[in-house]
Amino acid sequence: MSDALAGRPLGADIGRLDGPQKVIGAATYAYEHPLTDPAYVHPLLSTVAGGRIARIDAVQARALPGVLAVLTHDPAPELADTDDAELSILQSPDVRFRGQIVGAIVAESIEIAVHAASLVEIEAQASEHDVVLRADHPQLYEPSGDMDTDRGDAEAGLRAAATTIDATYTTPHQHQGAMEPHTTVALWSDGTLRLYESTQSVHGVRKTIGDLFGLRPEQVDVTAPYVGGGFGSKGTVHANTVLAAMAARAVPGRPVKLALTRRQVFTLGSHRTPTIQRVRLGADAGGRLLAITHDVWAHTSRTEEYIDEIAAATRMMYGAPSIATTHRLAPLDVPFPSWMRAPSEAPGMYALECAIDELAVATRIDPIELRIRNDPPSDPDTGKPWSSRNLVRCLREGADRFGWADRDPAPRSRRDGPWLVGTGVAAATYPVFDTPGSEARIAFREDGRYEVRIGAMDVGTGTWTSLAQVAAEALGVGVERVALHIGDTALPYSHVPGGSSGITSWGATLCGAARAFRDEHGESPSPGDAVTAGAPENPADDAYAMHAFGAHFAEVRVDVHTGEVRVSRMLGMFAVGRVVNPRTARSQLIGGMTFGLGMALHEEVVMDPALGAIVTADLAGYHVAANADVQDIEADWVDELDSHVNPMGTKGIGEIGIVGAAAAIANAVFHATAIRVRDLPMTPDKLLAAG
Amino acid sequence: MRPFEYERAVDAAGAVAALAGRPNAAYLAGGTNLVDHMKLGIANPELLVDVGHALDVRIDALTDGGLRIGAGVRNADLAADMRVRERYPALARALLSGASGQLRNLATTGGNLLQRTRCPYFQDATTPCNKREPGSGCSALDGYTRHHAILGASEQCVATHPSDMAVALLVFDAVVQVVGPNGPRRIAIADLHRLPGDAPERDTTLEHGELITHVALPNLPIAARSTYRKVRDRASYAFALVSTAAAVELAGDGTIADVRIAFGGLAHKPWRATLAEDELRGRPPTEDAVRAAALAELRAAEPLRDNAFKIPMASGALVATLRELTAGA
Repeated sequence: MSDALAGRPLGADIGRLDGPQKVIGAATYAYEHPLTDPAYVHPLLSTVAGGRIARIDAVQARALPGVLAVLTHDPAPELADTDDAELSILQSPDVRFRGQIVGAIVAESIEIAVHAASLVEIEAQASEHDVVLRADHPQLYEPSGDMDTDRGDAEAGLRAAATTIDATYTTPHQHQGAMEPHTTVALWSDGTLRLYESTQSVHGVRKTIGDLFGLRPEQVDVTAPYVGGGFGSKGTVHANTVLAAMAARAVPGRPVKLALTRRQVFTLGSHRTPTIQRVRLGADAGGRLLAITHDVWAHTSRTEEYIDEIAAATRMMYGAPSIATTHRLAPLDVPFPSWMRAPSEAPGMYALECAIDELAVATRIDPIELRIRNDPPSDPDTGKPWSSRNLVRCLREGADRFGWADRDPAPRSRRDGPWLVGTGVAAATYPVFDTPGSEARIAFREDGRYEVRIGAMDVGTGTWTSLAQVAAEALGVGVERVALHIGDTALPYSHVPGGSSGITSWGATLCGAARAFRDEHGESPSPGDAVTAGAPENPADDAYAMHAFGAHFAEVRVDVHTGEVRVSRMLGMFAVGRVVNPRTARSQLIGGMTFGLGMALHEEVVMDPALGAIVTADLAGYHVAANADVQDIEADWVDELDSHVNPMGTKGIGEIGIVGAAAAIANAVFHATAIRVRDLPMTPDKLLAAG
Repeated sequence: MRPFEYERAVDAAGAVAALAGRPNAAYLAGGTNLVDHMKLGIANPELLVDVGHALDVRIDALTDGGLRIGAGVRNADLAADMRVRERYPALARALLSGASGQLRNLATTGGNLLQRTRCPYFQDATTPCNKREPGSGCSALDGYTRHHAILGASEQCVATHPSDMAVALLVFDAVVQVVGPNGPRRIAIADLHRLPGDAPERDTTLEHGELITHVALPNLPIAARSTYRKVRDRASYAFALVSTAAAVELAGDGTIADVRIAFGGLAHKPWRATLAEDELRGRPPTEDAVRAAALAELRAAEPLRDNAFKIPMASGALVATLRELTAGA
């Protein structure tokens, strides 16, 4: 933090204002809002991966005492808009993936609902299905959006190169695994729908659900003060929310509760696509890149296209006269993929940063020095100047802190008893997104506090605290004089905080609103004085390339007897603009790095090709990093003042922590063992040969 | 979850009487496995007989110098018992490598022995599984078999037994004491769990209604030099890919006077490695000798599509374990 901000709200290291509420269990998550006499919803899911429902017999279920309603496609619950294949549930007998909603029970208790579900007979006519991504899949197609890029002549660059790398990496189907499952409490009464929802965007839910059910925005109220993690999986509406609203409409006047089980979250809560990525690098004798190509294969649902622009970072990360990228999709009979923490950059930078490490090994140039030699003065993709780019500072400061200078570059050169020890580095980047159009209302109260109302969200990241700090800074008062209200559609409109844009967008909005408030009411307002305003568009958006950067360092130990990998040290050094609250920022960054550790070593959704089923559909089968996996982990940042990005100078920190972290670990594993594992996760069986 | 009756037994005899004649009844102890199965629709008992207050929760010294462990002793308490930690360290380590602190606080000794496989197809009630629904087929055979058996499997079932504790008990030749409709009996731990054969729905040789009351550990000096090594996909809170319990006694010349070895994660039951034991007796505990002994045991292995790695992994785990036990000797 720069001295100019000492003692001010922005940058203050303060604990979460909602921490005590959470610790004593008083923070109300979606399922916990106290409502009178709720009913319970249990979905019926398909057990074939493709085909049609031939017959549903729910006679026994309907007859069970306590069952209030059984929903199926016959008759189909009415929807006003059926354009979105994921959300248009129960509109036909068609089955598109295993685990799709084909019905639901609404009952007096969850136990009755589950029991009733076991009494429903469903006959399905299965058709052929295909759930396996291949780079030679016969139905591969170029996604909409004209995403292929080809700058310069990459093939010529590769031919002219003194050293080339041509490597193919794979990342598996991954799952966000938020601690709180997708949950909706819904009440339909007098033509209005009230939702308590586990979501990353109350206003997004209002719009989507309103359109689906033919309701005007003011007829849909959504409340979500606390959310137990989303990681992208709650950034858009999924089928569970639609089902809960249908169930509420079936029992008007009565609240219904639907919390997906962990197993159901795996098919209904979205996921990150698996990827196959071929990266080719060509460099001259001095290690300067002449050509980069990055070809990506991913899957999508056959019924609804979804694409992550996985090679996007490759277009701007390093300077090269020629850079070419492609993306191809295989349409499969799989659940719907969607956003997962750093949707594009996490898989894309894993492949690119491993390839850069392979180039460093091949050219015998230190991997940090290699990156510094290829650090571009302006954005290679757009030609625009950087609003700020401090990757080199991150690499150098991180290297000092980590003790990189002592490293023997030879692989398999360190041993400690049964452990082979190695270190690795990788770069990180994430774009600065801001989503203009949000508004905030600021009102001065009798008690001398400023009431700040904005439809922002706290998905566990600390927004209750950090946004109060931004508001206090913008108003020139202490945090204790801000009464913040977020997480409700009764508050002014705000966009979904996707792409780490939360603080950046909401904060800019609050700065705009605070300026408008002072312009109208001055420094000594009277109680009742208020304004509603947003932020003007940032003129610098078009003039500059805006990205956050970072460098990951990892030390790993690989057991020669068993292939087990332990990450004994992780250090992330980031350049993320101004940090609003170092405590919550550090939590987000090490959280992202831990996600990256899981990506490197553990996380994999396995699909059974014959059944079309997810085999690892619980947290015993889908491993995320546990406490014992995370040893010495540290995140820090360089001072970075960027006056172009927004009034606060923030760049967003929710996602960059995961970007590159898996590559640093993979590069360290190579350094430890001389084995280059190009397929994540790096489970012990893949490293047994290290012995 | 389907409706069920619930009864609380006050003693073992009462529990046995309550279950007698009720083929769809089950005992409930810690509930860490059975309750999950009821929620998942894997188990649908009509009657639960809660033995939580009927089982012995003491660990008593036996006159022969061994220990008698009540079936109701919680995994956490058994792992913390100083007699167990000093005289049977492999057992304490096996217990502590299993599950999480919260689960170990609930799970009982008897229940641990009777926990069911973690085969993902068994766990998913929507897929065919001969163990869950005899005759429906085995989804794993042509499916995802990374965690499955390489020894003693059948065409009907390739599941593995998930218990860590049972692997350590096997190496110590523990004796399981049960009561049932036909009275009490004692079962060598090696005879408790069974291979799947044509009846994979049966994990053990217990008859319906039999209740484990105690597990007896013999007085076993070699057990003091024992340990348990669990290889898994993350550092904690994961089932074993491969595990091994071993106890060793060295002769004055540094050769192996006696050795006991068992593997987990390889078969439908904890696997006593008698062939490896025979190979090692009388030899120095060199890496080559241990590796050769492991491979002798695993010569009969029949890996599936995804689990051939278990052969070198089991061998490596045994090398590491015996190195740890004989270091400095």
